[in-house]
Amino acid sequence: MFGKLSLEAIPYHEPIVMSVAVVMAIVGAYIVGWITFNKKWIYLWKEWITSVDHKKLGIMYFLVALVMLIRGFSDAIMMRTQQAMAAGGAEGYLPPEHYDQIFTAHGVIMIFFVAMPMVIGLMNLVVPLQIGARDVAFPFLNNLSFWLFAAGVVLVNISLVVGEFAKTGWLAYAPLSESTYSPGVGVDYWIWALQISGVGTTLTGINFFVTIMKMRTKGMTLFRMPIFTWTSLVANGLIIASFPILTATIAMLTLDRYLDFHFFTNDLGGNMMMYVNLIWAWGHPEVYILILPAFGVFSEVIATFAKKRLFGYHTMVWATVAIGLLSFMVWLHHFFTMGAGANVNAFFGIMTMIIAVPTGVKIFNWLFTMFRGRLEFTSPVLWTLGFIITFTLGGMTGVMLAVPAANFVLHNSLFVIAHFHNVIIGGVVFGSLAGYTFWFPKAFGFTLNEKWGKRSFWCWIIGFYLAFTPLYILSFYGAVRRMQSYPNADWQPLMIVAWVGAVFILAGILCTAIQLYVSIRDRKARADVTGDPWNGRTLEWSTSSPPPHYNFAHLPVVNSIDNFWEEKQRRGGQALPGNPEQTEYQDIHMPRNTVAGPVIGAFSIVLGFALVWHIWWLAGASALGIFVSFIMRVFNDDIDYHVPADEVRQTETEHYQQVQMQA
Amino acid sequence: MTTDTMTNQPGIMRTDEEHADTTGMKTYGFWIYLMSDLIIFGCLFATYGVLHNNTAGGPSGKDLFELKFVLGETFLLLFSSFTYGLAMLAMHRDRLGQLMGWLIATFVLGAGFVGMELYEFHHLISEGYGPDRSGFLSSFFALVGTHGLHVSFGLLWMLIMLIQLPIKGLTDKTRPRILCLSLFWHFLDIVWICVFTFVYLMGVL
Repeated sequence: MFGKLSLEAIPYHEPIVMSVAVVMAIVGAYIVGWITFNKKWIYLWKEWITSVDHKKLGIMYFLVALVMLIRGFSDAIMMRTQQAMAAGGAEGYLPPEHYDQIFTAHGVIMIFFVAMPMVIGLMNLVVPLQIGARDVAFPFLNNLSFWLFAAGVVLVNISLVVGEFAKTGWLAYAPLSESTYSPGVGVDYWIWALQISGVGTTLTGINFFVTIMKMRTKGMTLFRMPIFTWTSLVANGLIIASFPILTATIAMLTLDRYLDFHFFTNDLGGNMMMYVNLIWAWGHPEVYILILPAFGVFSEVIATFAKKRLFGYHTMVWATVAIGLLSFMVWLHHFFTMGAGANVNAFFGIMTMIIAVPTGVKIFNWLFTMFRGRLEFTSPVLWTLGFIITFTLGGMTGVMLAVPAANFVLHNSLFVIAHFHNVIIGGVVFGSLAGYTFWFPKAFGFTLNEKWGKRSFWCWIIGFYLAFTPLYILSFYGAVRRMQSYPNADWQPLMIVAWVGAVFILAGILCTAIQLYVSIRDRKARADVTGDPWNGRTLEWSTSSPPPHYNFAHLPVVNSIDNFWEEKQRRGGQALPGNPEQTEYQDIHMPRNTVAGPVIGAFSIVLGFALVWHIWWLAGASALGIFVSFIMRVFNDDIDYHVPADEVRQTETEHYQQVQMQA
Repeated sequence: MTTDTMTNQPGIMRTDEEHADTTGMKTYGFWIYLMSDLIIFGCLFATYGVLHNNTAGGPSGKDLFELKFVLGETFLLLFSSFTYGLAMLAMHRDRLGQLMGWLIATFVLGAGFVGMELYEFHHLISEGYGPDRSGFLSSFFALVGTHGLHVSFGLLWMLIMLIQLPIKGLTDKTRPRILCLSLFWHFLDIVWICVFTFVYLMGVL
């Protein structure tokens, strides 16, 4: 009846897990109670859960990412604490099987459920506005993608309390992840959480690729697109080309585990290196899916606050495209020690070093944009400056790792850990937080508190260097990754420094939380009526904040890069809205909200859970539920409507009056 | 709001053509999806390429494949592509009855293909040569089975369209679905030609 599931699956004997579960239950109950008390359920359902509005979906992605950041960071600080304690024979406070789950969960959560939703959230919020569109190409799919992603999030969090998570490392290398060596449900949670959210990501990739290719406004040729849109386009191309590899690889591992296939097993003709090749053929493009949109954010930020057109727009575009192509030709550098032979290793080593060239082009473009610009040192700019320095360092250690001979020494050491945190924190996290600060007023109509934003930046950057410089040093003494404890007590002082760094990062996260709190508290004073708080350059700033659900009353026409900025210059730096009284409006065609998206997402959670625990009847029932929900969607013709011209006029008039009043 | 900020001078009126070409956008999106699906097949082909000699003391393709049987399967699928082509012609001429007729013909041929494949699988498994026998058989079953699953999904889709068409007729919503299914069906045909060549023909060589 319940497959492998029994009451013993709940880890009562683990005090840490149980106390986390209690805290989560209390917070959850508080939130549910608050919503119920304020009678907000219907509002939530109508305005958010079923919404197909790309702006709202973007906000929801980012919100989930921030929540999961807390979860992923808790794992991080637990690991740093353990390593600060468990020196010279001491065992620390985390037993190995728990420590292994924590480093696996940390990697999975940070990449799939923090970095990805931050990047996809920003894309959702910004890309349609930047290209002058009223929505994405497939609004229903966009909602469905979010709920499939959310299903993955829920499954990972369930694994904390019911059963266990994988102990295999974030990529679940075979044959360790095969049922012979990982008989528990941990790897199964990994499989279904990633498979379900991965399908959502693939759909997002298709959706945004088509949106950018087909829905740009009049005059917006490819080479007039803002750089963030360009980087998103390439990132979505990478999603389309790489996520199917992840889907196929996980499916093969699933067949191995569930139906006794022999793809990656030790015996009966399996080939474990096939797994490592496939997973990195997805995994390396994945890191560029994350970093390219971050590059886009920095480009927008630096051009806006230096008040100059981005230096080398065309080289920036071609560098992005080149990175996108090269990202598929370097995967083998993740396992030079496989023994593919000197020539193969040399090829992949050289390809890896070549990627540094277009990346270097970008760095110089940002530097030259600042050069003789009138740079304002706002917090997005601080994040950008911190990024340029930190990412360059991380890039250099990456080139060191790309040397196969050096790689044989550094492989699996803390050097690798320090390197990829160097580029992911310095690149993706800084980029996401810069984008968060930069576009927050667009989403909500008020700016974020600068003082706390800057404090957050300084805590993060100091914390980063304190936490990861010691790891570089320790790696030269032979410290490897994924150690629950280590016999050499001489390493302990540096481990403690790394722990202090983690505490600084914690302070940075707290600053971000406080920033959000004080900004919401002072939202009236921080309100931005114009919709253009930074004197922006691209189309998203030409609409009100938050934009009306149809984005643009009239689709804008574009004649150049940074068209919005140029038109403002022509009018003496002023953005004067036309008087709605004297403007003609037309009905606007918009998609209706969808019930199918969240319902399919909910069934997916049940399906994943049932498959993890081998509850076959439930798996069948929920799969049927997904199918029926989909069919109902297919037979529903009432999926769009027209916003009447009068309603548009009214919305526009209200905004016009507000702007006039402030002026 | 507003967009009117800059670009809208009072009195200047532009026509906002939004989502003018939804059919085109859907087809384009479906093409992109097909390309991503192709990568899944690419992974499975690559895996088959790596594992096809790993028979672990069990049978190889030479011992197992019956070319004449597979050729029969192949012709069913190829003919079903032809009949789907006729269905498309009927749709372009707005002949609902003809369209449904050709769809039914396509469905029958496709179901025949899936039936033959299931028979082949059942035969292999009952002989003890299931996917758990060796890496070669695992990759064979996964590749051919994934194609078969796609065909089955296409059949299900066809069935839904056969229910939906008489209810809704040929509309802006049903036409793109028939069109996308056509792309899907021909795509599976092309994949099968690769399967037939690389798995069966080269396996027997």
